[in-house]
Amino acid sequence: MVLQAVFMLFSAMAVGAALAVVTNKNIFHSALFLVVALLGVAGLYVLLEAPFIAVVQVLIYVGAISTLILFAIMLTRRLMDASERQRNEQWFISAIVAVGLFIVLVLSVGQVHWPVVHTDVPENHLNRLGQDLMEHYVLPFEVTAVLLLAALVGAIVIARERTR
Amino acid sequence: MLSDYVFIGLFAIVAAIFPFAGFAVSYLVRPKRPDPVKSDVYECGMKPIGEAWVQFKVQYYLYALIFVIFDVMSVFLFPWAVAYHTLGLYALVEMCIFLGILVGGLIYAWRKGALRWV
Repeated sequence: MVLQAVFMLFSAMAVGAALAVVTNKNIFHSALFLVVALLGVAGLYVLLEAPFIAVVQVLIYVGAISTLILFAIMLTRRLMDASERQRNEQWFISAIVAVGLFIVLVLSVGQVHWPVVHTDVPENHLNRLGQDLMEHYVLPFEVTAVLLLAALVGAIVIARERTR
Repeated sequence: MLSDYVFIGLFAIVAAIFPFAGFAVSYLVRPKRPDPVKSDVYECGMKPIGEAWVQFKVQYYLYALIFVIFDVMSVFLFPWAVAYHTLGLYALVEMCIFLGILVGGLIYAWRKGALRWV
């Protein structure tokens, strides 16, 4: 009962804030509402008993990605002008496509048979994650570092071209 | 378990109420005699120049981006640190390679002047 109420609360928070993101006139305020929506999703992860994912959600999406989005908006002079319109002539077509995608997703989620594994979540799953990362997924782990390095170097190269 | 989060939930609720309560109390208590200087935007005691909605420098974005990269790195660091005692020396070597690649990126950013404050 209580869990359901909390789930409703977090869902309403995520969906409501997401609606505010797309309807807000000021894109900077939209980005701030995005933070609220992402926090709602973090709450849902907590309810799913995935605390590590919830912490990662707060750390990466709420903390870092949203900061990046806010800085990207503050960099763009035209977007910082509050009188700039937030939608163009294609909003109706994109709304139709979004609704269509939503219908397809709902139908496919309803039809797929979701297998249920009747084993408990291991007590110390973070320990398990660390072991798997170090023992079975060594190559993807190191490739991740290379990917992050490429993102860093690429951003610096592009940004330096802009400042010159 | 989920009941542990009740405390975090309570804490979040109190934290959300706190600023509103502070503003509400100060609104009720304070005298209201506005004048142009008093209602001016506060900017380190100096007269504010222009609007707050100005274009920011690209350096801010680079800082944020480097922050995101090392934030993602810390996510990988965390499970490794938790499982450290059950892992051998090879895990330490793996993490050193991982960090070494990223520190290389940081040195690159440093040398290119992306960390220089303007």
